[in-house]
Amino acid sequence: MTAKPFSFGRLFVYGLLLFAAFFFLAPLYVMIVTSLKDAEQLRSGNLLSLPAGFNLESWTLAWSSACTGVDCRGLKPYFMNSVFMAVPAVLISTAWGAVNGYVLSMWRFRGSEVLFGFLLFGVFMPFQVVLLPMSQVLGFLGLSSSIAGLILVHCLAGMAGTTLFFRNYYKAIPRELVNAARIDGAGFWRIFWRIVVPMSTPIMMVTLIWQFTNIWNDFLFGVAFSGADSKPVTVGLNNMANTTSSVKSYNVDMAAAIIAGLPTMLVYVLAGQYFVKGLTAGAVKG
Amino acid sequence: MAASLHIAGIRKVFGKGDKAVEVLKRIDIDVAPGEFLILVGPSGCGKSTLLNIIAGLEEPSEGELLIAGKNVIGMAPAQRDIAMVFQSYALYPTMTVADNIGFALEMRKVPLEVRRKRIQEVAAMLQIEHLLDRRPAQLSGGQRQRVAMGRALARDPQLFLFDEPLSNLDAKLRVEMRAEIKRLHHVSGITTVYVTHDQIEAMTLGSRIAVMKDGILQQIGTPDEIYRRPVNTYVAGFIGSPTMNFIDGKVEVAGDHGRFVFDGGVLDLPCPEGPRVTLGQRPEHIHLSDDAPWRGEVVLVEPTGADTYVVLKTAVGLITVRAPANTRIEIGAHTGMTVSGRHNNWFDHSTGVRLAHMDAHHEP
Repeated sequence: MTAKPFSFGRLFVYGLLLFAAFFFLAPLYVMIVTSLKDAEQLRSGNLLSLPAGFNLESWTLAWSSACTGVDCRGLKPYFMNSVFMAVPAVLISTAWGAVNGYVLSMWRFRGSEVLFGFLLFGVFMPFQVVLLPMSQVLGFLGLSSSIAGLILVHCLAGMAGTTLFFRNYYKAIPRELVNAARIDGAGFWRIFWRIVVPMSTPIMMVTLIWQFTNIWNDFLFGVAFSGADSKPVTVGLNNMANTTSSVKSYNVDMAAAIIAGLPTMLVYVLAGQYFVKGLTAGAVKG
Repeated sequence: MAASLHIAGIRKVFGKGDKAVEVLKRIDIDVAPGEFLILVGPSGCGKSTLLNIIAGLEEPSEGELLIAGKNVIGMAPAQRDIAMVFQSYALYPTMTVADNIGFALEMRKVPLEVRRKRIQEVAAMLQIEHLLDRRPAQLSGGQRQRVAMGRALARDPQLFLFDEPLSNLDAKLRVEMRAEIKRLHHVSGITTVYVTHDQIEAMTLGSRIAVMKDGILQQIGTPDEIYRRPVNTYVAGFIGSPTMNFIDGKVEVAGDHGRFVFDGGVLDLPCPEGPRVTLGQRPEHIHLSDDAPWRGEVVLVEPTGADTYVVLKTAVGLITVRAPANTRIEIGAHTGMTVSGRHNNWFDHSTGVRLAHMDAHHEP
């Protein structure tokens, strides 16, 4: 590409982009600098001023000893709850979606399109609608206020979306591939494991990121279905920040907020390159 | 091991009630062990459906299907001991060439050592040994085609099925692979059913050809029979390139020294009982002759190297003539055409069915 001459149009575009970048990065900047300040600096300084030094004290506090009411164990237990909830829920709902998508695209049966139509409802359903019936179901299963219950809820809530992802991706795989494998002697699960799954890396990544972000950031189900010992980090953060004490320790709140958001950022950085690829990947060459 | 294939009364209906579409209407074909049968027809004639039914990928609505004398209706594709080459090759994209070829053996729990040996043998037969570690995406079209055939060969099946395997290749490669398929069939001796819409592939490969149209088997026979004695105008027009010329006319005198009269011409030929018949005459059996009474105006001259095809406008429509390569003729010129009493194909004017009683007259 040849260098374009200067024009006000380009200046405007760059200006707009810079403004947008500033707009989105400013809160992150404030969060980071605030988390590195101590109480003294918070009181005396400006919101945007740089911290005096690299002080990680509020991070330690937020992680392990900040108080929520009388409970002073920091964010750590909630964080671990979220890990124990999110990891299995993400893996199960992704695997479930992959199998559903495989069946709905390659082993169509009478009524499978109708079934898929109903599944699509699940994607667009506001989750508030299911709160009450779901809590009854969890009670009936004896999973109320437990991490296992939350895992079940997230699997059910995410299944429609993951099925949609995989079904549309698998739809682009030529049927002849499945027919060839059938003639070669592979059955339903062999075809899935040996042929379909190895072709699924991009959509697998998309679904994993999507599900992890959704489940980790979820607040509604976390608030509604968790007990005292099974609150996820989003609920923990909210409770910690809302605990009334004599002095608001913004530095600790900011550190806690960053900690709570870190895993999703990390997942996106590690697997994000697949995200765009997977969303745009169409037909499979072969 | 060569197996026979017996297809009897196969019907296939898609949908039901008013929307039912009958794509196969009672197909009967017997294939002898070691034969190379071609299923040929235009798209939508049901030939691929029939192949899928033989493979077990689709079930027939009705009918019998025996492979090596054994009824295979309701049997899973894997149990039928067949191998199939698909139009898109359907190579497993995440496996290497070697794994692709060995997959069927692996599914049948053949020990690794035996498998390796067999993969090597097949690769040597197809000259793809240097490609065994590659993935399908790294191969050219012709190489993929070879791998697809290798996958089919590896298991030494009872029956080979090909579903338009050459239609994704360029012209030169197609001719090359056509010869390769013929060679492999000769070497392996495995009974083969080959679907194509290309009548040249049909003529060059098949030991017998089954011509299909609208789910009905029109004719089955050796390439020679199909070419020289097509049972109706459809088969006559479908097989052969350029296509056969059809001349609608009237028989004025029937018998050995008859007279066939049509718009713009009269031919003295052995004629069937008329009055209204259609004469089918292949381009190589019409000759240009400057002073013949049947005249036409040259509208197209196509030199192919070996021959020159001349298309003439006559009162009965366009007539194609195969002339010697050195023919010098200009577009717009008027010339005459002659037809001898041999190689005439007579068809009923209204039904298009061959008038077989005339065949005695056109032995070469």
